[in-house]
Amino acid sequence: MQDLGRLGFSEDQGSLLEVATSFCAKRSPIARVRQLIEDETGHDAEVWREIVELGWLGIAIPEAYGGAGLALAEVVPVMEQMGRYLLAGPFYSTTLAAQALVAGGTEDQKRTLLPRLAEGAIATLALCEASGDWDLTNIACTATATAGGNLKLAGTKQLVSDAAVASTIIASVLHAGRPALVMIDRASLAPDALRREVIVDETKRACELCLDGVEIPAANLLDPSRAEAALAHIHLVANLLAAAEMCGGTQSVIDYTLDYLKTRVQFGKLIGSYQALKHPIVDAYVSYEQTRSHVYSAAHCFCEQGIGEIATRMAKAQADTTLSFAADRAIQFHGGFGFTYDCDAQLYRRRAIWHASQYGDAAWHKEKLADLLL
Amino acid sequence: MTDVDPKDLHAFAEAADAWFKENVNRDPGFMLPLTFMEVGTDQQFDFLQTWQNKVYEAGYLGAAWPKEYGGGGLPQAFQTEATKAMRRHGGPIFLNAIGLNWTGPLLLDMGSEAQRAKYLKGILSAEDIWCQGFSEPDNGSDLGNAQTRAVRDGEHYVVTGSKIWTTLGKYARYMILLARTEADTSRKYDGLTFFLAPMKIDGVETRPIRKLTGEHGFTQTFFREARIPADEIVGVEGGGWKVAMRTLEYERGARGGQAGGYVSVGSNAWDVLDLARKMTRGSKPALEDPATRAKMIDFMIDIQSNALCGQRAAFSPLNTDRPTGLALSSKLMHTDFAQRMNAFAIGLTGPGGGYYVGDPNAVDGGWWTRSYLNSFSATIGGGTSQIQRNIIGEHVLGLPKS
Repeated sequence: MQDLGRLGFSEDQGSLLEVATSFCAKRSPIARVRQLIEDETGHDAEVWREIVELGWLGIAIPEAYGGAGLALAEVVPVMEQMGRYLLAGPFYSTTLAAQALVAGGTEDQKRTLLPRLAEGAIATLALCEASGDWDLTNIACTATATAGGNLKLAGTKQLVSDAAVASTIIASVLHAGRPALVMIDRASLAPDALRREVIVDETKRACELCLDGVEIPAANLLDPSRAEAALAHIHLVANLLAAAEMCGGTQSVIDYTLDYLKTRVQFGKLIGSYQALKHPIVDAYVSYEQTRSHVYSAAHCFCEQGIGEIATRMAKAQADTTLSFAADRAIQFHGGFGFTYDCDAQLYRRRAIWHASQYGDAAWHKEKLADLLL
Repeated sequence: MTDVDPKDLHAFAEAADAWFKENVNRDPGFMLPLTFMEVGTDQQFDFLQTWQNKVYEAGYLGAAWPKEYGGGGLPQAFQTEATKAMRRHGGPIFLNAIGLNWTGPLLLDMGSEAQRAKYLKGILSAEDIWCQGFSEPDNGSDLGNAQTRAVRDGEHYVVTGSKIWTTLGKYARYMILLARTEADTSRKYDGLTFFLAPMKIDGVETRPIRKLTGEHGFTQTFFREARIPADEIVGVEGGGWKVAMRTLEYERGARGGQAGGYVSVGSNAWDVLDLARKMTRGSKPALEDPATRAKMIDFMIDIQSNALCGQRAAFSPLNTDRPTGLALSSKLMHTDFAQRMNAFAIGLTGPGGGYYVGDPNAVDGGWWTRSYLNSFSATIGGGTSQIQRNIIGEHVLGLPKS
């Protein structure tokens, strides 16, 4: 029998879980979530400042670069609770960008940029392209050396999360025929280089990024020898944290639906007494508990060679299946109201579609698991 | 809890490992039951009773039960190690499941001193086999409506009625019995009383029931004015429902205190994986078929889900929102999964799925089909999966009663 990972839970995870739960509950009530959907930036700058003060941006950044030097395992409870309360903001994007630097940056880049990210400078990754491939090494955008010693970029990136508010964008490109990562100063972009995209999860923000004509200093190229390892790392971190965010979302969409099942009366009875509704919500709940176990196992085993990848892919696959099911049933069980924009069930269903689309859905991760396990 | 010296524990684990390596007999020359619910022949019964007694005498069963009642008086960690060792060496199941897992912990918890002294050692040694008298022909899932009557007559209760699906009914010396001592209570639950009833007395008769697998394993039990001593009540007269519910918590794994070991052996995804390697689809191993691969991964994720949820109890900060949720969901998670996986495995055997236990051509001796058919004992017994969903919905999620 193969080792597929196991549970573990640190004291730091415990205290972060506690703080994150009350912080997110307080700062992201559903009315505020709805307001921010209408906001151009999509998040509350004041809440972002508080998050920075709590030190959450530096959790997994090494101490030598201004972080707390904990592990990604400690980011998981924070992300989970943000998902639970649909707290919006560039936390996920910035954490991923920092991990790209940790795994693939040069010493200079890490020393310059990581402390700034720990202090709340917003950053993001630009990885997706029109090919729609979840394989992050399938890249069409290019970086070519210019006569002046710069790098000239070309091509178009899609679904660049929080690009409009980021100070740094780290993009994947082909450089000398190999996958590479480059840092782009957002302030240096032409005004029309970014176009806000219409995306399914309205609590989030993303842009298309046109790289044609963008020129960056050669020093902005991340360590080419570590680019592929960095992309593999980013892929797993993105899925781990997405699974955590989805897991939190599953908890609240189940709670939201339970409230309705306990108050809505039809045919003279609370509808939660009907087994046609009761049994599927129980199935969603059981599946939620299983997802949470997978998420914290992946968090605990993340750094273990081989097992980290298995546990993370299982967590993402399970999180996708579970949130999709729970939110789908949430819409259905709210009846006519479930079909309206006002019913919160749609927020979670859209969230599930979003995360499944980014960095791989359940079916894709299961295919990868088949290659690893069978 | 007593502190555990890791050195002592390690030595105990090593000794247990050596003992099971030496003493497990995987092939007695006849088919062994997969679960305690399928002990169908005297040959199987004798073998398993001897086995349980031998393990108990060696100190690897009931290691964590109190010494004064025949247990080993050790911390739970010791029994856990012993159980791991017997699993590792493929030891047969323990047949006295109802005693070891339900009656024993119940008596330690709610029994009288006299009852503990009288019953616990016999449970461990397998000298006293226990059965359960809850379900009736007309009251299965609706347990609270049980109609078997117990009428007080001096120092006895006189019992009349019938219980069904009595696992080990033919062999049991005692039954945990839920009977109605009062017929006209306003709530049907209030008239029930919980007895420790002797089986080998006048007025108690068992009749074998043949299961869907073709084997015998349980009985219907008839009471015709059988006399049970009045001091064999657990709790108080009229308080039987509460005791029965507590018993079900042990049965469903929602509460600990069991004697240890295991009472069933199941298929796991790795066995199915081996099957998928050796069976053929389109002249290639079935494991190269994409649909089979996808299914195998689903099962591995499910198996891992169940294993991880089993570990969750040790991490209380992750269980604060619904503290009883995992414990009450455990039976549902495990049993539904096993059924799906066995059904899938039958498909993998191709035309061989047409054979059944007993034919020399049957793949793996017919294990998969027999396991699938037997898996219903777990999705029905101890409360059907549908009743489990009601319990989780009502007790964990707070939904109104159906």
